[in-house]
Amino acid sequence: MSSQPPIANGKPQTVTPIEEEASERTTWAGSFRAWAASMRAWIFLIFLLVGFEIWSQLVYHSTFLFNPFNASSIAVAAIAPLLLGLGQTFVVISGGIDLSVAFTMGMAAVVFSEILNWTTGVLWDPVALLVAAVAALLASMIPGVINGLLIAKLRIPPFIGTLGMYGVARGTAYLLSSTTVPISNPLVNSIGNGSVPLFSLGKGAQWSIPIVVLITIVLTAGMMFLLSQSRFGRHVYAIGGSRQASLRAGINVSRNTVALYVLSALTAGIGGILYTAQFRAGAPQAGEQLLLDSIAAVVIGGASLFGGSGTIMGTVIGALIIAVIEYGLVFVNVQPFWQFVAVGVVIIISVLVDQTQKHLSGGRTDE
Amino acid sequence: MSEQPILRVESVSKRFGGVHALENVSMDLFPGEVLALAGDNGAGKSTLIKVISGVHHPDEGKIWYNGAEVTFENPQKAREQGIETIYQDLALADNLDVGANVFLGREPMKRVFGLPVLDRKKMRNEAAEAIRVLDIRIRRFDLPLRSMSGGQRQAVAIGRAIHWKAKVLIMDEPTAALGVPEQRKVIALIKSLKQSGVGVIFISHNLIDIFAVSDRIVVLRRGKKVGEAATQATNSDEIVRWMVGG
Repeated sequence: MSSQPPIANGKPQTVTPIEEEASERTTWAGSFRAWAASMRAWIFLIFLLVGFEIWSQLVYHSTFLFNPFNASSIAVAAIAPLLLGLGQTFVVISGGIDLSVAFTMGMAAVVFSEILNWTTGVLWDPVALLVAAVAALLASMIPGVINGLLIAKLRIPPFIGTLGMYGVARGTAYLLSSTTVPISNPLVNSIGNGSVPLFSLGKGAQWSIPIVVLITIVLTAGMMFLLSQSRFGRHVYAIGGSRQASLRAGINVSRNTVALYVLSALTAGIGGILYTAQFRAGAPQAGEQLLLDSIAAVVIGGASLFGGSGTIMGTVIGALIIAVIEYGLVFVNVQPFWQFVAVGVVIIISVLVDQTQKHLSGGRTDE
Repeated sequence: MSEQPILRVESVSKRFGGVHALENVSMDLFPGEVLALAGDNGAGKSTLIKVISGVHHPDEGKIWYNGAEVTFENPQKAREQGIETIYQDLALADNLDVGANVFLGREPMKRVFGLPVLDRKKMRNEAAEAIRVLDIRIRRFDLPLRSMSGGQRQAVAIGRAIHWKAKVLIMDEPTAALGVPEQRKVIALIKSLKQSGVGVIFISHNLIDIFAVSDRIVVLRRGKKVGEAATQATNSDEIVRWMVGG
């Protein structure tokens, strides 16, 4: 028997009516902190853009952000971290992590370009593209399914299971092709480098949107819908919040877990295809730096590595932040290797901020 | 209290290897009744509720529910029929709001432009409805449960059972992890639950809670039922004697 209310033994107690409790975390201060937590990535992005703008004005006497070339370069640079970050967001919210995405992307890029080269000239271009894309996506699903089964059925920790798959996918990608595979399908080239004109402002500055960016926007919208509006998305949050509660509520946790890692692998596969289209070549190392970048995008975007929270919008902002850092550092003529340092530092700071904020706010966690 | 029990456990035995976890245990639960299950650690309380909720299957004996003999393949099947279990850890997703938790795994959908989307409004309104009968106030239904008190969280777990029309609610040590004011709220929750005609099986180590809320007490020791009494007609000394076998 533990601590007991001071009442007479053996006598039914009279129960006082239940009063509303003003939980500390539902106060205005708590709401403000929750709001600040959700705005954190936006504030950081704006801070970065203003910083580069000022630098550009002072040194080059020209605008950084309002230059269509810069804007579209940043958008293009954000594609890969975003695409891989989309799947990664689902995985991280469920309380897992997918370290294998980078070379799943490389493998998909190699499969896509190899098959495209076989089919181009033999088949009508759109059909050749379709066949190669389907093959690449199917290939990328293999590591996803294996990750999912290892984690869901054999209960291998996601970190270890996907780290192993990182090695397997990497080796496979290089075994399929040890070198870069150039492609020459005119349709794919025009998708990879074409853009849709939007409007032009005076002085001939033409604003347009690259097709690869458009494709990414459509996919992102789809993922946003899936995460915030579907049962699957809701169950991803529930699994990340409490696996036990999800199981007891009758959610098929194993099936959902496999689906998560397949989804992550698929977004990596799409990343590989778009990479190949953009650079007119597939390469096994296509996604090498994207392991760091995709996780950074998710974490900077406010998802917790402890699972249970995160949004697609956050990951979009996270990917833009990475793109601005990477492109901006090139723009200000810093050695490109500083990118890795900067992204690495930002990811650590984001997790630190998340840890401290976790104690302070009970903020909104689903979209 | 009606005459027909909602749940009847009839001569149930359960063995794990050579251990008799339950031996020839029988008991009845009536609608609107709170039945306290008392006993020391290892007395068989958990095994008994797991047999009732479909986690374990009895080696011998029968379970009658709502007038018919039943065998539940798994807890999901028992829950579908209206036997709901609330574990000590409540099994809630702390990162989600009240509506999401009440409807976890059974989310209602609506169509927007032909696309199926989660019906958040329905979840919120119906969750609020279920919790209103419990006489506990939750001011904001859109906040994650982690920002709520232990009593409010317990109310969400019970509200879920009410919403899904539980006829039998099994509560495993609902007050164990709570502070004193929270414990009293849970006791009040159980009382209001009782008024809505649900049969409650209440497991506790805390005799004060047991006497505060139950109508009848069943005492288990080493897998056997060693005593049963109407709460009004017994006292804690007698219950303790049964529990320790003095």
